[in-house]
Amino acid sequence: MEKHVRVLVAKPGLDGHDRGAKVVARALRDAGFEVIYTGLRQTPEQIAEAALQEDVNVVALSLLSGAHNHLFPRIVELIRSKGMTDVLMIGGGVIPDSDIPSLKASGIAEVFTPGTSTTTIIDYINANVK
Amino acid sequence: MNIADELLNGSRLAMSRAITAVENEYDNAVDIMQQLYAHTGNAHVIGITGPPGSGKSTLTDKLAKAYRLQGKTVGIIAVDPTSPFSGGAILGDRIRMNDLTLDQGVFIRSMGTRGSLGGLSRKTAETVKIMDAAGMDVILVETVGVGQSEVDIIKTADTVIVVLVPGLGDDIQAIKAGILEIGDVFVINKADHDGVDRLNTELEMMLELNQQKVDWRPPIKRVIANRGEGINELVDSITEQIAHSRQSGQFVNRRTQRTKSELLAMLDEQIGRHVRKKLSDEGQIDQLVASVESRDKNPYAVVNDIMASVLR
Repeated sequence: MEKHVRVLVAKPGLDGHDRGAKVVARALRDAGFEVIYTGLRQTPEQIAEAALQEDVNVVALSLLSGAHNHLFPRIVELIRSKGMTDVLMIGGGVIPDSDIPSLKASGIAEVFTPGTSTTTIIDYINANVK
Repeated sequence: MNIADELLNGSRLAMSRAITAVENEYDNAVDIMQQLYAHTGNAHVIGITGPPGSGKSTLTDKLAKAYRLQGKTVGIIAVDPTSPFSGGAILGDRIRMNDLTLDQGVFIRSMGTRGSLGGLSRKTAETVKIMDAAGMDVILVETVGVGQSEVDIIKTADTVIVVLVPGLGDDIQAIKAGILEIGDVFVINKADHDGVDRLNTELEMMLELNQQKVDWRPPIKRVIANRGEGINELVDSITEQIAHSRQSGQFVNRRTQRTKSELLAMLDEQIGRHVRKKLSDEGQIDQLVASVESRDKNPYAVVNDIMASVLR
């Protein structure tokens, strides 16, 4: 029985900075994951629907526009409401440390801020994916 | 969750979970497929193949939209290559189909080839059945685009569309055996690029030489997928092809062939698995390998012996 970890790398909202997301996507592929990248300007609804159709194990949100406090919890809510309760939600981008506790409270398991090595992200996923 | 029941009742989450179970060969996979099988056979399966960069994903997106306008539900399977080194993959076809994400009449699933060489994942055929059982009217299967030998697609599809683009290096390249022989409809995408007339002529010449499909002459459709041009005419050609295929008996023939080769492939796999398990349970394999490598025994005799003992 094979298990392949499937990760949705998603960029919600009006944020055109995709280099970080692409770097992470490639690193995840090199770590053996299947990475679905849906491109820029995704709505929370699009992200949740893609997560459902692709039955992903992990949703990795990338946001550099500052809208994370609004968008991240909304996305968690939508995903859970579709019956996907085991999905590991992680985030990254330009996120002040002081915002992280409330993001975690809303269901984001971990936030990886600029400077984090991709190895850290990969190890975290392997340790926490269901 | 009883996945099969919920799927048949319209649950998209169940459809998604069924595909995962089958792709990963979970314990409940065979059970799910057994429950679903009687509900398959209704969808029109269209395979879309062609070299990398030919615009398959964009074309798939446009075709899906055209079928949606006809009121049909559409399943899409987008296959991308799995890295032979890391086992991972970037499944990036969805990015061209963003408009379709929220359409509840469309379901898009991305799959990695996971080791298969013919342009499709081994589990693609199973995923087609799942979408079929869930009631999808049309299922578009988009292959990896490795180049010239994507013959997997013919085993899965009622209609095979081959997408080519002008000016991809030597145009004759695209017209080697394999791709040419499996196309029911040929599409020249990016038809506003230089070299389109030449490609068209070369294709026509090769199709002329390839007169096996005497009764159905595959049409060549020019399209500019990212502008949505030529799509309606393409849909019309597909409709004609399917009608012709049904009338001539080809349709049923192909499906029967497909069922036969699937059955035999499943049989091969189970037998192989059974024999390997026996060998490993009985701990013989290393010994046998050593005796063959040292030329003490030859592999032909070893295999005959194994078969004789397994088939007793």
